[in-house]
Amino acid sequence: MLSVDIERTLGGFRLAASFQAGEGVTALFGRSGAGKTSVVNAIAGILRPDRGRIAINGVTAFDSASGVDVPTPKRRVGYVFQEGRLFPHLSVRQNLNYAGLFSRGMPASDFERVVELLGLRDLLDRRPGNLSGGEKQRVAIGRALLSSPRLLLLDEPLASLDAHRKSEVLQYIELIRDEVKVPIVYVSHAVEEVVRIADTVVLMSAGSVLAVGPAEDVMGRPDLRPVEGAFEGGAVIDARVIEQDMEHDLATLAFDGGTLTATNVDALIGEPVRVRIRARDVSIALERPRRISIQNVLAGRITAVGPEHEGVVDITMAVGSAQLRSRITGRAARALDLAPGLQVYALVKAVSLGRRNAGTI
Amino acid sequence: MILTPEEQEVLWLSLRVAFWSVFVSLPIAVAVAYLLARANFPGKTLFDAAVHLPLVLPPVVVGFVLLLLFGRRGPLGEILEQWFGIIVAFRWTGAALAAGIMGFPLMVRAIRLSFESIDRKLEAAASTLGAGRAGVFATVTLPLALPGIITGVLLSFARSLGEFGATITFVSNIPGETRTLPLAIYTYTQTPAGDAAALRLSAIAVLLSLAALYISEVLVRRAARRVTGEDALGRH
Repeated sequence: MLSVDIERTLGGFRLAASFQAGEGVTALFGRSGAGKTSVVNAIAGILRPDRGRIAINGVTAFDSASGVDVPTPKRRVGYVFQEGRLFPHLSVRQNLNYAGLFSRGMPASDFERVVELLGLRDLLDRRPGNLSGGEKQRVAIGRALLSSPRLLLLDEPLASLDAHRKSEVLQYIELIRDEVKVPIVYVSHAVEEVVRIADTVVLMSAGSVLAVGPAEDVMGRPDLRPVEGAFEGGAVIDARVIEQDMEHDLATLAFDGGTLTATNVDALIGEPVRVRIRARDVSIALERPRRISIQNVLAGRITAVGPEHEGVVDITMAVGSAQLRSRITGRAARALDLAPGLQVYALVKAVSLGRRNAGTI
Repeated sequence: MILTPEEQEVLWLSLRVAFWSVFVSLPIAVAVAYLLARANFPGKTLFDAAVHLPLVLPPVVVGFVLLLLFGRRGPLGEILEQWFGIIVAFRWTGAALAAGIMGFPLMVRAIRLSFESIDRKLEAAASTLGAGRAGVFATVTLPLALPGIITGVLLSFARSLGEFGATITFVSNIPGETRTLPLAIYTYTQTPAGDAAALRLSAIAVLLSLAALYISEVLVRRAARRVTGEDALGRH
């Protein structure tokens, strides 16, 4: 349980963030420069707010009113930095055991477990200078986990990695989330990471919090466009794997509005997955099309037609209890007379649903 | 080349003077360098200038000031003698003091540069893992500054071995007590038919300097490899 309510002014930038986060993963989501890193630095005690209060698991870490400011080493917050920040003069093993020098270490059994979980066994005697970017981040995560943290802060841990390493490290982070019972604050500006990993999303823009709520609510909001950019807007659906066709690398996912065929989803049958469907990947038909390559045809009803913006409109549809969005041209919307209440079919290519935007939750 | 007993005495004395001057000034230099690299305080520029003074002053002036301060009647000399029983005037300890002060700015400069080049984000990372200020200094800052510290030690050691002006002014040129290598060479050059002996001592000085340079080069390279975090085998 984390409670943050802080203010800080630095130059022309004013940070005023207030939110509560519960168990699991809380994502601080927003464009770069939104103040996300300032918030985690304040939680860690690296940045001192002008005013406000921070409490971790009910323990006050900072309170300007009563003059409490617990120093960083005593806050017991594990921090994984964007650039890893491994100690170059120490081996991987010494990096992992670093907190033990300051009586923040953990028993040998925990060391073994973390090494096993993050696949660090073969790296223990190496030095950070020769590790790949993904290996460095895994070690950094392990080092933070082994400092008896009450809270884990991950600040854009994938930002400096290439696409392949990103998905590798993300899988390890998902593993940590599921196996280690420590609340996580995850900073990111990447929609697909947040969708895959977050339980709660804190949406930030220009130093303040725009929205806080469950990931599927916040990430599906139609007014996100200014934050996430025109390219990434979309909906988030929680579904379950009902079939895995290993031969063709296709998975069938069911939710209460129908089924979705997706490619290359790393999940077992029965596992819950969260799928993000970008609005630009969804087309609309008034009749059920036949003889068409598109694998996903979902019946729904239009609930809202957004304002036209640079020739483009966002159409929101109810599909079962889920809200799906489609981004089409204003001309197409007028040609079909799209209006709230109309029965339509949403068309989604299976190819647009893959490992990148579907993951276990 | 077999050394005469007199040459052995000169060599041994020089090494002893240089060793103690470096040994005593090192912790002070580390503290001063850290202060200059990290702290901001009123009068910092003046303090910085004072530390560098021996580098620009004529060594004779330094020696003369030392004589005034640390002579047996000098204010600091009396304190040293009464409180610690240490006499520096006209003793080899005085030669070490003079050498240490002349080498001090060189040592501080090298160490300060390496403190300034340390990525302070690593220190912040250490503090999130439980390290307090002293802990961060001992486990991150100091080890990462090691190449600079070794360089500083070598520079000041070499400076100590070569110290002449301040030494001869402060503690004179007493055989077996304050006559270090440069003073001995100087003495021979002032003696009729002393050229051969001066040449032999000069050769010793050259060998000594080469050896010190070589050793420090090896140590710096080893330390630098450690702080860049690459494996000893240089794998990539």
